[in-house]
Formats: sequence, C-alpha cells, structure tokens
Amino acid sequence: MSQTSSPYSNYIIQAEPTLHNPDNLKAGEMLLNMGPQHPSTHGVLRLEVITDGEIITDVVPHIGYLHRCFEKHAETRAYNLTIPFVDRMDYLAAMNSEHVWAMGVEKMLGIDGQLPRRVEFIRVLVAELNRIASHFLAIGTYAIDIGAYTPFLWMLRDREHIQRLLEWVSGARMLYNYIWIGGLYYDLPVGFEERCREFIDYLQPKLDEFEDILLKNKIFIDRTANIGVLPLNVAINYGCSGPMLRGSGLKFDLRRVDGYSVYPELEFDIPVGQGIMGTTGDCWDRNYIRALECRESSRIIRQCLDHLETDCKRTPDFDPQAMCPKKIRPKEQELYFRAETPRGELGYFFRATGKSDIPFRCKGRSPCFSNLSVLHEISRGCMVADMIAIVGSVDIVLGELDR
Amino acid sequence: MTYNELKDLLTEKFGAEIITGENTQNPQPFLNIKTDRLADVCQELFTNPQTYFDYLACITGLDNGPEVGTLEVIYNLYSIPYDHHLTLKVITERLTPTGALPTVPTVSHIWRTADWHEREAYDLVGINFTGHPDLRRILCAHDWEGHPLRRDYEWPEYYHGLKVRYDNHNEVNGFKGEFFKTFED
Repeated sequence: MSQTSSPYSNYIIQAEPTLHNPDNLKAGEMLLNMGPQHPSTHGVLRLEVITDGEIITDVVPHIGYLHRCFEKHAETRAYNLTIPFVDRMDYLAAMNSEHVWAMGVEKMLGIDGQLPRRVEFIRVLVAELNRIASHFLAIGTYAIDIGAYTPFLWMLRDREHIQRLLEWVSGARMLYNYIWIGGLYYDLPVGFEERCREFIDYLQPKLDEFEDILLKNKIFIDRTANIGVLPLNVAINYGCSGPMLRGSGLKFDLRRVDGYSVYPELEFDIPVGQGIMGTTGDCWDRNYIRALECRESSRIIRQCLDHLETDCKRTPDFDPQAMCPKKIRPKEQELYFRAETPRGELGYFFRATGKSDIPFRCKGRSPCFSNLSVLHEISRGCMVADMIAIVGSVDIVLGELDR
Repeated sequence: MTYNELKDLLTEKFGAEIITGENTQNPQPFLNIKTDRLADVCQELFTNPQTYFDYLACITGLDNGPEVGTLEVIYNLYSIPYDHHLTLKVITERLTPTGALPTVPTVSHIWRTADWHEREAYDLVGINFTGHPDLRRILCAHDWEGHPLRRDYEWPEYYHGLKVRYDNHNEVNGFKGEFFKTFED
C-alpha cells in the first residue's frame, strides 16, 4: 500500500492506492492501471490489472467514482420525491427502476394488486420497451468494444425509436419520472398503441438482421466464445443475476419466480445459455441471452397492446392518478422488495417507522454491483484484450453500481 | 420451508439461546441472531440440504442513532431450488467501550458476494467485519473520514481543498429546509 519507498512511486500518482504493491510483484509481472476514463469501461470504472506479459493474473476493480450516496438522499425525502433519484441510478433503464420502487412502496402501503389493470399493463409496456432499449445499448456498445462499429449505429438508430416513444409518453428521453406510487403520471397519449405496434412490427426484421450481422458473425464468435466462462455455482455464490445468471444456464427470472404485476398473465419464455458457440456461460451466451430477451420483450409488448386495446381500453373517465395516495405513510415495517431489471435483480430494502413519510433507511441492492464482483474470477488467465470483452459482457451501468 | 420450520431447525441445531428475538408481525418475518454465532448459523443454512440458502441477496447495515445506541446488519437470504426466503438480523452496539467500530463476523467465506456488500457496510455505516479478507472502503474515497450513513455524521467542510457543501443558495433565498420537516410528526 505504501508507495513512499517504491521506485515506481513517481509513475503511479493517484488518489486511490492500489491493492497490490508494485514492489511485491513477481519477476515479469506488471501493474497496469485501466481507467477511470478508459473508453471501454462504460463509465468511470478503474481496473487495477496485474499482468504477466499478456496474461492477466489478477484484476481489482476500484469503484465509487460516480458515488452520489443515493441512500443518504433517500433518507431525507419522501417516497414519491425519491423517484427522480431512482431514475438516475440505472439511467439506461429508468422505467424498470421506477417500477421496482413504486411496487415496493405500494407493497408497504398495502395497495399492491388493487391498481387498475390499465395502469399495470401500461407499466409493463413501458418497462419492456425500456428493457429493449437497454439491451440494444448493451449489445451495441459491446460490439464497439471488440471492434465492430456498424451494429452500434444500427442499434442506436432503433433505440432512438423507443426513446421517442417514451418521450411522447412522459416528456423525457431517459429519466422519466413516469411511474408514480399508486399510478402513473399520465395516461398513454392518443394513438400511442398504434404507433407502438408499428414499431414492434418494424423491430422484428431488425432483430433478425443484427443477429446475422453481429451475433452469428465469425469474428464476433471468435472474440467471445469460450471467453470469460462463468460456471453456474460461481455465479450463484457471487450473487449474479439477470443475463449473467441465465447465461450460465439457470432458468431464473424474477418476472416468473415472483410473478409480480401482470406478468403471470403474459406468455413469454426465459432464454438460458446453452453454449451453442462454445461453453455455457461465456461472453457470447450472455449477449445472445440479451438478444433473445429483446424478442421475448416484444412478445410481451404485443400482448400488453392487445389488452390495452380490448379489455383495458382507454375511457374518458380513466384517471391514472386515481389510486395515488395523498399521504404516503407506510406502517412500521421492514421490507426487501426485488424485481427484474435488464441487468438483474434490483432490490430495495426499506425500513419505515410508521411516524414519517421518509424512509428511516433505504438500501438499494444493485444488480451491477454483484455482477461486477465476479470479474476477477472470470478474467484470471485471459488476455488483456479479452478482459475488455468480459467487462463489456457484464453490462455494467456505473450510475447504478456506485449509486 | 416456512419461517417457523426454519426457526425450529435452527433452535434444534444450535439451542434456543442463539435467537435473541424475532418479529413475526413484519410482512417478512425476521430472526435476531446472537452476533458471535452468525457465521455458524449461516454455514448451517448454506450447507444443510433441507434449507440450502445458496443466494445471499442483500446485506444492509443500519444505524439506529445515538439515542438507541445500536447498529443492525440485515441479511436477506434466498434459496433458488426451494424458493424460500429468510431474513436474519444482527444487533450490536454503535461503538465499543474503547471507541472502536463494532465487530460482526464475516460471511464472505460462505457467500463470496458478501465480500463487497460487507465492504459497503463498513464504508457507509462503519461496521468492522472480523475475518473479512480485504476490508477497505469501496464507494467513498480511501481517505474519507467518518461513515456517511451514521445518524451523527457531519459533513466535512473541505476535502483536499475542495469545498464539500457548496450550495448555500437555500440560505440566500431564506429557505431553511422547512419543507422536509413538515413530513415528520
């Protein structure tokens, strides 16, 4: 830790001390600092890498560069005022984060399951749209990481449609504040259902197209298959969730397991990694899961649109804020509520005192946090260039990781 | 297994004295475990084929404030094959008589995910996990002073010459934070 006596101290000038002391490295080993402004780290992630030639012997992530102490903020604001903060945690999937927060508070208030069905279907619809957008950005930037530029532009072009749809719904492109506790900010705009259906029809051939150009591409397979293999027992022990866990071959999706909101009524499959191009749990599997989940999400969106156009039709007297409580004061209790976001299990732990509109303690369990902690297990013994492929396949969002 | 079956199993194995309290009124009932037996209890829950808690979802550190004088650590366990939950809780004093941080045994040798969660609890709440392989700050800077989620935490004026509390526009406008006070009884 101390760098005063080290001959390398002039070269490693940094705020955060490294875990490994450069003086104690073995012959031939090298301490390499990647980040926090490295382009392929998807934000401000710093990796301390010990390499032996080109082979990585250890990786130590240093996180916290984007730490805004969400939990401290949440202890000073009422439940409904925290929703914009929740948006800024996972800024690529803000609808999903809001959905989890709103469901957790509703469960504490005891109004879960009493919401109008139209509200529930709209929530699932926008959450799944955002899931597709998030997966598109994950796969697109992943393609850039390993040297494919064209698919990135294609995916951002298609993601733009989703962002415009969500802007039409909520007025914002990324940070929505649309799902409120007990309801929604506003009903869907007139004509949204038709436009959304058009988009899903447009999306289907695009999904085939990018699967052909990217995922079935020989170069892509060579770069990702058999790289960063995450065995299932390691994944569970490290608390991985979402596409990381499913990529390792476990059929575990909280939308099915917990069956929250209207998901039990909807038909969708849970894709799991099968090691088609290499070993189960490699980088290719994780990305293939994301691509398949986009197809499942578009199936869910179609079913939601069917419901929204038939049995939960728009009516003039429908008020999406009808169930919103005027005073959000849960009884004294502790609750851990979890749900599935594009990155995995997002959980909130609340403690309510029963005397205040402010949570006494609120902890956000971020899926990226647990997913990244497995990094040193799966990148030991691989090449430096492969580690970029592994970090990208974890799909981290630093805003959520650091909270 | 239901909550009562799990409780009976732990009582049978370790004796009734390890359970210092419980709350069954809560929507998710929880057990208070004696602090020094926590690692044994977790090991049993992890390895016993009847319980098989293979997934540690979350560890929350919580400060009850100087008036109460206790800290809590809450463990949310989940078993993927059996689909059952258990919430364990450990309560310690806020500071030891010598003024050092309170200690809780680590569970990071059972669930590796606890490694980072415990580092976070150490960083933000100030709990010393004994036996942890690498207990450093994780979210705050390494030379940050104090533990921000403690109730008596005070923000520093400066950090490396940077002013920490930079927004005095509220005071300029005459806003003294009454807005948030109205939410309290």
